[in-house]
Amino acid sequence: MICQECGKKPATLHFTKIVNGEKTEFHICELCAREKGEGIPGTSNGFSIHSLLSGLLDFESASTVHGFGAKPQPLRCETCGLTYTQFSKMGRLGCSKCYSQFGDKLDPILKRVHGSTAHIGKVPKRAGGQIQIKREIEQLRRDLHEQIEIEEFENAAQLRDQIRELERKVADS
Amino acid sequence: MTKRSFAQHALSDWMKGTGPDADIVISSRIRIARNIRAHPFPMLATNEQAREVMERLTSVAENGRLDGLGKFDTIELSELNELERRVLVEKHLISPNLANESRHGAFILSENEAVSIMVNEEDHLRIQCLYPGFQINEAWEQASRIDDIFEEVADYAYDERRGYLTSCPTNVGTGIRGSVMMHLPALVLSQQINRILSAITQVGLAVRGIYGEGSEALGNLFQISNQITLGQSETEILDNLYSVAKQIIEHERAARGKMLEESRVRLEDRVYRSYGILSHAMILDSKEAAQRLSDVRLGIDLGLIKDVSPQVMNEMMVLTQPGFLQQVFHEKMSPEQRDVRRAELIRQQLISKSDHGGVST
Repeated sequence: MICQECGKKPATLHFTKIVNGEKTEFHICELCAREKGEGIPGTSNGFSIHSLLSGLLDFESASTVHGFGAKPQPLRCETCGLTYTQFSKMGRLGCSKCYSQFGDKLDPILKRVHGSTAHIGKVPKRAGGQIQIKREIEQLRRDLHEQIEIEEFENAAQLRDQIRELERKVADS
Repeated sequence: MTKRSFAQHALSDWMKGTGPDADIVISSRIRIARNIRAHPFPMLATNEQAREVMERLTSVAENGRLDGLGKFDTIELSELNELERRVLVEKHLISPNLANESRHGAFILSENEAVSIMVNEEDHLRIQCLYPGFQINEAWEQASRIDDIFEEVADYAYDERRGYLTSCPTNVGTGIRGSVMMHLPALVLSQQINRILSAITQVGLAVRGIYGEGSEALGNLFQISNQITLGQSETEILDNLYSVAKQIIEHERAARGKMLEESRVRLEDRVYRSYGILSHAMILDSKEAAQRLSDVRLGIDLGLIKDVSPQVMNEMMVLTQPGFLQQVFHEKMSPEQRDVRRAELIRQQLISKSDHGGVST
């Protein structure tokens, strides 16, 4: 098969694009693919999750522009120097401190990507002693409420004692 | 294992064609992303910092901490030429990002190639476990064990509210990405696939082709993975993936059963026709090869073809990729030359794996 763009070289990239149910097939050579700059998978200019993400971020900053006022200081991570604007272009953060430096500004993005802003999974053992116990207490509290609602007071009392025990542990350490 | 052997042989553990539901699920993969608190993420790290991270993380293997899990080798990307890197990507042992964009990139590979621990990819540490068949939970357990071992030497970037911190906010929280690679020819043939795929994307999962982000589903192979990493526990994320994949398996089996019952001759014709073409063709482009291999694989899984093993199919899928072909024949090739060599290789494989020749019915 010959490249449908230049009509000279053999087509080595074949892909199908479906936009709103409309299907278009492309058969082109690598050179034309690069020139065309279409979002072709496997090539370096391919459409990536990062460009998608930065699309979301751009939208975010556009929608939060307020009035005329003075030009605000650019938000910048003090540790690695990455600015929020750079982050919104690249879709990647620079260091672990960026998360706390950009703080709540990340909430809408996380909400949109994950539908949530807070972690509830695995905790590193080293850092996690305290966190783990806090998580356990939260879970026990939920169980406690359940037991009270279904009037299983004996179980509830047991849970209450367990919670007290754990709370003492947290206070002691 | 010598440093070069992984680049010469196509066979990795994940291609064995074994494991639960191996007639439909080729492989199950878990990847977890971790970073070291004190260093900037690889994108912003200086060369010096990147080197430090590499030394610190690869020391885990060198100090024998992974010994309980098998034999491991550490390979720095700088030791490999472009073709070797490409071959590793085609075998799914390293990511394109590590192969092409990393500075002081390295990976720690287990002997059976089921575990690959990438250093200085988009994140400092990417632990990948790739198992044959439908073993997503087993892969997670292994990845989590390795995670615990690395945690002993690395102070992870972790935040009580956001969880494990990653360079890209799409991975933050658990840092986990589970994916299941499935062969779904009957759902494609019966045109149910689009309906199913669009349903999948509505439950927080993504569908991709065999070679990842943006790649087309060549050879009816689909990779289903979780999108959400934050706000759900690892167990919830993987349970969701597992139950959706399980349902797709059932749908595919039902579709295969229906085809056998209602249009057996047409199906047999398709399978044997492709088997004939693969056994005799002189020129095969990658798209046709992938489609024909899919037909033959379906024939094997339905018991129509008995003298070719599923493992051979998995091997051929990887062997016939552009990088591997050039590696096998020791030469740089134009696309036309590749198509000739691809056909040659497939013919050889099919002849050597079926001594008595022909199709047994």
